[in-house]
Parts: sequence; structure tokens; C-alpha cells
Amino acid sequence: MATQEKLPLFERMLKIDRRVIFVLIALAVIVPMMLKLVFVVRPSPVVQAIFDKVESLPEGSRVLLSYDYGPATVPENQPMADALVRHCLHLNHKVYIIAVWATGEAQANQTIQNVIIPEFPAKRYGEDYVQLGYKAGNQGLINAIYTDLKGMFTTDAAGVDVNSIPMMSPVTGLKDFGLILSVASGKPGLKEWVQFAGDRGNIPVSGGVTAVEAPLLYPYYPRQLLGLMGGLQGAAEYEAALVTKYPQFKETSLTAVKSMGPQTIAHFVIIFFVIIGNVAFFVQKKRDKLNRSK
Amino acid sequence: MRREIPLLITFIVGMALLVAIFIPAEPFPELDSEFSVWFDIIAVFAFFLGAGNLIAVHTDKITRNHQDKFFSMVTLFGFLFTLVVGVFKVGGAPGLQGNYIAEGTWFKLIYDSVFTPLSSTMFSLLAFFVASASYRAFRAKTREATILLVAAFIILVGRTPLGYYLTFWLPEPLQFLHIPTLSAWILSFPNLAGQRAIMIGIALGIISTSLKLILGVERSYLGHEK
Repeated sequence: MATQEKLPLFERMLKIDRRVIFVLIALAVIVPMMLKLVFVVRPSPVVQAIFDKVESLPEGSRVLLSYDYGPATVPENQPMADALVRHCLHLNHKVYIIAVWATGEAQANQTIQNVIIPEFPAKRYGEDYVQLGYKAGNQGLINAIYTDLKGMFTTDAAGVDVNSIPMMSPVTGLKDFGLILSVASGKPGLKEWVQFAGDRGNIPVSGGVTAVEAPLLYPYYPRQLLGLMGGLQGAAEYEAALVTKYPQFKETSLTAVKSMGPQTIAHFVIIFFVIIGNVAFFVQKKRDKLNRSK
Repeated sequence: MRREIPLLITFIVGMALLVAIFIPAEPFPELDSEFSVWFDIIAVFAFFLGAGNLIAVHTDKITRNHQDKFFSMVTLFGFLFTLVVGVFKVGGAPGLQGNYIAEGTWFKLIYDSVFTPLSSTMFSLLAFFVASASYRAFRAKTREATILLVAAFIILVGRTPLGYYLTFWLPEPLQFLHIPTLSAWILSFPNLAGQRAIMIGIALGIISTSLKLILGVERSYLGHEK
């Protein structure tokens, strides 16, 4: 400690203890959450494209929503899934929920418990939405349900025979859906839905992924992937689009928008440290150069 | 025969799936669908393999009195307890068709009370490490590092409302400098070009490896010959 005190300012700036950074990041998240700091979010074209597609579907269209993530990425993915379900059910589309990830089924249950049941009490299970649950097989599963969905999903998540569920009767395979949505955080995920369902059957595919995965999906946009929600920002943009058009969701559909406050400040803290590190680096470099020339 | 039969199966399945893509006439789409179902059935058995491996590795650590044996004990206990609770649907409706994750089941309780907070905690730690790593690694030491730094800076700011607030006042002719626009440009052009190049490279590699597997040139997946 005594040695560190003797170091010049710029050298200390180059050697900031990681615990200082950790504390500031924690504060950058906690303080805005406590202060309920909310920024105005505007939908970008890549997110607006998904919103517009859902809007353009004829009433009663069949929409497949795949929950391809787990609890680790809930803050980013859950608001996406919730907003998509909210939007689809509001427009009276039929929502078919499945999971290609083992952990996806529990996340889908959260949407049912927190969004569908309280916000859409008139919607009936089996007529307006169905939860088919998880099946193993990754992209192999997507390939199999392309032609025979009921062959793989013989029952819904609760063990009820799919043939006894009214909204399952017109469904054979993935071609019977007007839109496939995947909310994903890895493999198998949105990319696999594009490759094994969208491209193969010319079915519109879209959805959302975590921020780290979003750049990997840009090569598919806009031809194979009609839109993309990237990370919390993408979720917030979709929520913003939804609330702008349907202000009745202002109380319930702003989870991601509210989380953008802490994320923005945390990004700001990271940028601050990167700038400090670089300023100190250049000053140090200049000093070393001067010392060498003496 | 131990090698010839798997080689034959690989050849037939590989060729059938390959042909099914280019000839969408029966029986190939039907074969494609059938093989996918078989794959899904085989994929389920991978769980048994994974579970067996997990048990073997950690039992070995415990019996050898390894320094990390306590972690192995926690892993094995967690695994076996969750498995029993899930398979027998403890706390839920009985029967094979009962939902193991329904409200009131112990499995759901474990999922909500243990798995979810642990997963969230592990993922949340990334924020701290990313901040620390960014501070240490993002230094404009070379031209390439400077480009990376500038791109990272624009994306970091552009992916938050901060980007809008910082540059919304720019006049119309300078709108291309609007940070969210720059962020979108980086993702849609330089990033896209790089990603496509990587993807095409990977795809060519996959084609080459797949052909080697189908034609029996690559046989390492069969294990060593005695």
C-alpha cells in the first residue's frame, strides 16, 4: 500500500484495483435501480420489423414461440418473450409455445403465469395458446417437427394428448405457422430456426437473442431473419414499440425499458474506466519517451 | 463387422439426408423426417451417457480422496436428488405423463429456488469481469487495437439510450455521426462482412469433414482398432 501511494497519478490510474471497479459497477447497477432511473427508448428498424410483421399477420394467425434459453439470461430474454406473447395475444393470434432448451419450459411457464393468465383472462388454454413443453434433439428436433409436429409433441407440457387440444387440429408441421419466433441465448437457437425451418420452408422467422449473440445473427438479417432483438436494448425497443401503439400496456410491458437505466450507467462506468486507462497509458508512454531521450 | 456396420449406417444416412435437400421428391423427404426422429431418440440416450460420465468422474474423485472431493459430493448429491425428485414427480401429480415442473412439485421448487438464482448469479458476475477486463485490455497500443477500441466504444454507447442523448442534437447533414446510427452501421457492415467470412469458412470445413465421415475417410469416431 505504501509503495502504491508513492506512485505518480498516471501510474496509479493504470493500476486501479479491480475491487474498485467491481464496487463502482455494483453501484452503477444498484443506484439507478433504487432511483428508478428510466430513459426514453426508441425502436430501431431491426426491432420495428418484428413488430410490424406481428401487426401485419391476419387475425388468428398461428405463431410458434420457442423458448430457447435458461434462467441465466432471463433479464435479457424474458422481457422479449413476454412482450411477444402480449402482442400476439392482443392481436388474437394463436400462440404455440415450445422449448428446444430443457430450461425453456420453465421460462415459458413464467410467461403463462405472469402475462397470459393475469393480463388475458379471456384467453383459453388450448384454443388461444398452448404450452407444448420441451423435447430433446436440438436442431434435429426442428428438422423433425418441420413435417410432423404432432409426431414429436404427442402431448402438451402437462401430459394432455395433443389430439384433444382444439388449436392443434389444423397443425401438421412448421409450414402451418404464419411466423416462427425464437427467444434464444445460444445453440440451438434462432440461427437453427433460420437454417432448419425458415430457409427450408420459406417461413418467416424472427426473435431475440442475448447481446453477445446478436452480432452473429446479423448475416441473416433481413432476408432470412426478418428482424432481431439484440439483448436488453432490443427487448426495450420492442416494449417501446408495443407501448407506443398500445398504451394500455404501459403498466405491465416496460420491464426491459426500466432495466435500461442500470445498464446505461454500467456502460458509462465501463467507458469511463476505458478512457482513464487510455489517458494514463498515453501519458505514461509520452513520459517514457521523454525519459529515454534525456 | 464392428467397424463396417457403423460405416455403412453413416454412409446411408449421410447420403439420404444429403440427397433429400437436393431432391424434394418422395421417398427422400420422408426419409429425412424419419432419420430426424431417430436422431431425436438417440439424442435422449446422450443424457444417460452424460449422467453416467458425471457420476463416474465425481465418484472417482471422492474415492481417491481428491482435494476437491467436497465439490464432487455436492455435485453428486445435487444431481441425484434433482433426478429422483424429477423422475418420481415428488409433490406433483403421479404417473408418467404428469408434469414434473408443475406448481407444487419439488422439482419446480429446486428450479426456482436453487437453479435460477445460481444461474443468474454466475451470469451476473460477467458484468464485473467484463468491466475489469475492458479497463485492462482496451488500450490503443496499435492501429488495430485503436480500431477495436473505437468500435467497442461506439457499440457500448450505441446500445444504450446514452447514444441518442449524446448526439440527437446533430444537424441533418451530420446525422451519419449519430451514435445509434454508427452502432447499427458497425453491426450491419464491418461485423456482417467478418461474420459472413467466418461462417463461409466454417461451412466449407463442415462440408469437408462431413464428406470425409460419409465416405469413411474419417473414422476416428469409431474408436481405436484393437
